[in-house]
Amino acid sequence: MTNETLATYSNYGLYSAIVVFTLVMLMFAIDLAKAASWTAKVRTEDHERALVGAQVSGAAAQQEPETSESPETAETTTEVSRPRQFAGMGMSLSWLGTLLLIVTLALRGLSVDRPPLGNMYEFALVGTTFAMLVFLGLSLRRDVRWLGLFVTGPVLLTLGLALTVFYTQASQLLPSLHSFWLVIHVTVATLSVGLFTVAFSVTILQLIKSHREQHPPAKPTFVEAMPSAASLDRTAYGLHVIAFPLWTFTLIAGAIWAEQAWGHYWNWDPKEVWTFVIWIVYAAYLHARATTGWSDRKASFLALAGYACILVNYMVVNVYFVGQHSYSGM
Amino acid sequence: MARRTRDDLVERPGHELDTQPQESEVLQPKIGFLGLLRWMWRQLTSMRTALFLLLLLAIGAIPGSIWPQRNIDAGRVSDYLSQHTVVGPWLDRLGFFDVYSSPWFAAIYLLLFVSLVGCIIPRSRLHWKAMRAQPPKAPRRLERLSAHQERVVVGEPEQVVAAARAVLRRKRYRLRPADPVDPASADTVAAESGYLRETGNLVFHIALVVVIIAVALGHLLGWRGDVIVPEGQTFSNTVSSYDTIDPGPWVNPESLKPFSVRVQKLDVSFEDQAGGAQFGQPRGFTAHTLTRDEPGAPVKEQKLEVNGPLSLGGASVFLLGNGYAPVITVRDAKGRVVYSQATPFLPQDNNYRSVGAVKVPGGDPEQLGFFGFFLPTLEFDKEQGPISSFPDLDNPALVLGVYKGDLYPGGRPQSVYTLDTDEMTQVKGADGQPLRLLIKPGQTIKLPDGLGSITLDKVVRFAGISIRHDPGKMLALWGSLIALAGLIASLTIRRRRVFVRVRPAEPETAGAGPDGSAPPGPRTLVSIGGLAKGEDPRLADALDHVLDAIAERTGSTS
Repeated sequence: MTNETLATYSNYGLYSAIVVFTLVMLMFAIDLAKAASWTAKVRTEDHERALVGAQVSGAAAQQEPETSESPETAETTTEVSRPRQFAGMGMSLSWLGTLLLIVTLALRGLSVDRPPLGNMYEFALVGTTFAMLVFLGLSLRRDVRWLGLFVTGPVLLTLGLALTVFYTQASQLLPSLHSFWLVIHVTVATLSVGLFTVAFSVTILQLIKSHREQHPPAKPTFVEAMPSAASLDRTAYGLHVIAFPLWTFTLIAGAIWAEQAWGHYWNWDPKEVWTFVIWIVYAAYLHARATTGWSDRKASFLALAGYACILVNYMVVNVYFVGQHSYSGM
Repeated sequence: MARRTRDDLVERPGHELDTQPQESEVLQPKIGFLGLLRWMWRQLTSMRTALFLLLLLAIGAIPGSIWPQRNIDAGRVSDYLSQHTVVGPWLDRLGFFDVYSSPWFAAIYLLLFVSLVGCIIPRSRLHWKAMRAQPPKAPRRLERLSAHQERVVVGEPEQVVAAARAVLRRKRYRLRPADPVDPASADTVAAESGYLRETGNLVFHIALVVVIIAVALGHLLGWRGDVIVPEGQTFSNTVSSYDTIDPGPWVNPESLKPFSVRVQKLDVSFEDQAGGAQFGQPRGFTAHTLTRDEPGAPVKEQKLEVNGPLSLGGASVFLLGNGYAPVITVRDAKGRVVYSQATPFLPQDNNYRSVGAVKVPGGDPEQLGFFGFFLPTLEFDKEQGPISSFPDLDNPALVLGVYKGDLYPGGRPQSVYTLDTDEMTQVKGADGQPLRLLIKPGQTIKLPDGLGSITLDKVVRFAGISIRHDPGKMLALWGSLIALAGLIASLTIRRRRVFVRVRPAEPETAGAGPDGSAPPGPRTLVSIGGLAKGEDPRLADALDHVLDAIAERTGSTS
């Protein structure tokens, strides 16, 4: 039943994807590292120019010794354009790596003649593919090169774990998974996890950036390459707003499937409990953003807590808790 | 009392700072009992309390995933209690083994439910009024709004106002009618759109209440029962034929529809290719059944599968388990049959090492009991003794110990899968050791002491069937789907107010068309301001589009 050749090629696909994503991560990291030194350089140049300007104007017109250098003009001159060839390479390689992941999944699915959504190894691959697709989709609409490192980092980590810890030999499904709901429920679940992952990265960056905006550090760091905290906040909220209804759908589709497979649409199975907990925490996040007396910062921490619950749901519940969702393949 | 959200503040620019305590000089008045109640109600229905209760619900649900739950697996709870003699009883007292029916969990969700209803009712009333109200008057200074733009277009001010009204109406904005009394208002347009955002929000919350009611209905009016049916046997839907039945409090157990299900054959397959943890995993279960809706009704041949329940008499029939039922015959010393039936043994692990008991109350001269294992693929392990190495019937065998004496001491209820050996003695073999029988299909083994013989005729499979009736099921489904639709509406639709004010353009700005070659004629300066409820990153874009459309309508652009 299992085509071993295709399964092996699928594994080669994954190895290549991991190599490509390692390169992607390096590229984006170099790009961000350069942002810090570029900002530092520009700042000193501005400072020198300001000093020179002060001397010149001081010499020319002695009535006005206080020729001030406004930071606004400095900003406009420095933001001209930083050479970002590394980020460009990172973006191109991101497309390549994502393509390799899709090929890996397709070969895996073909090798067992079913959708590759049957165990934790396959969830990991599908989830990372979706996270990358979300990132690439965003990149088509606006400049998100600053985000590359913080998406490919978790992606690479997950792929590494998939290969070393979650790896499951290609095989057929448990009878309870023989259903078209597998495709609907698990695809939407992994898609929303992909969205939540990107949203999580953006939320963390937003928290760092807003801290930096309130307490500007003397030395510039990679954070200078990020958009403003307000813009990051909008992006994070926008991603959460898309992911939350998808997660709601996951919950409903799971209940419909559970009713068909087990006879209960809700039986407080550990996986159901955690899916519900995640839903509640993100619902609380959305409510907190509309509540007087809750700052957006506090709300952001709820979003982070929601993501922590997603990690528990994937890594702890599947493996350690006894329930009917026991198909980790481990 | 409506929940006070930040949105309310956004609606009234300039009032953001009205949080200073009022009447701070005055002594706190006595609020009295009614006042206290009102205060408590306000606290309960406030957004902050709702948020707190939401998080509490999330935290409260977690213990149920960590500790075993009685309603799911009572056996694991008693195992846990016997292993943890110190913590166990305390956890039990705190309800950690029945989390979802514990008083504290109920307290959280009931409070949340009340808070939810207390939020929905006043908000619905407010929204009902808002839906029928006119958009408010334009504020005096549009440039103070969160988004504001200006542009010079071609045309007289009256023409531009007419164009703005047409454009906004086209974009499905509701317009404030022009005020015939106040001539100053003739140069402004006030419009609002996105009422469906709040409608969606309310629909979402009301649908959640519907889902909760549906779940409660299912608990009160639903029932579920489990039964083990060996191949070749028939199950009829009456209370007494269930192994376990759990009817809701409002269910009359005599009212079950008398349908029947006969399990003809059970097809099972297991993974025998892939190695590792996947080896021996189940791959397919199908029960071939004959069903009748009621006695005397025509027989229907139907397949019952793991993801394919049958629907009979308003109930659903699920195939949830399977295992082996060895057909065992016991004869007494004279060769008379005293026991002969398919006896289900319950699987204990993935390789179907199954435990069960054979109880022979008609044994002669004494009652007989056999207790032990059925192993579908027998193998001897150095440490564990006889085990099963594969779930399919590759080398089936029964391994049994034999007891004689009183099977039912004191008439206490007992499991059919274990023996109560309090009043029984174990039968010993010729070597003085407890007798252990190893029986393969077709074999007959003579028992010592003139107790007769035992035969394993053959091995059939059994289907673990679960039958559920949940009248709240469809209501819950529709409720949750409508909730999802409401949620999407409330998250994607933008509630916006747009105000347009026009005035004749100053001569120097007139003529400064976007391409420098604007058509001749009078010029008008359009000032547009926008205000959004909640987050709205595209408000400025929306204003841009309105301006573009006005410009196009007045012929200002090519």
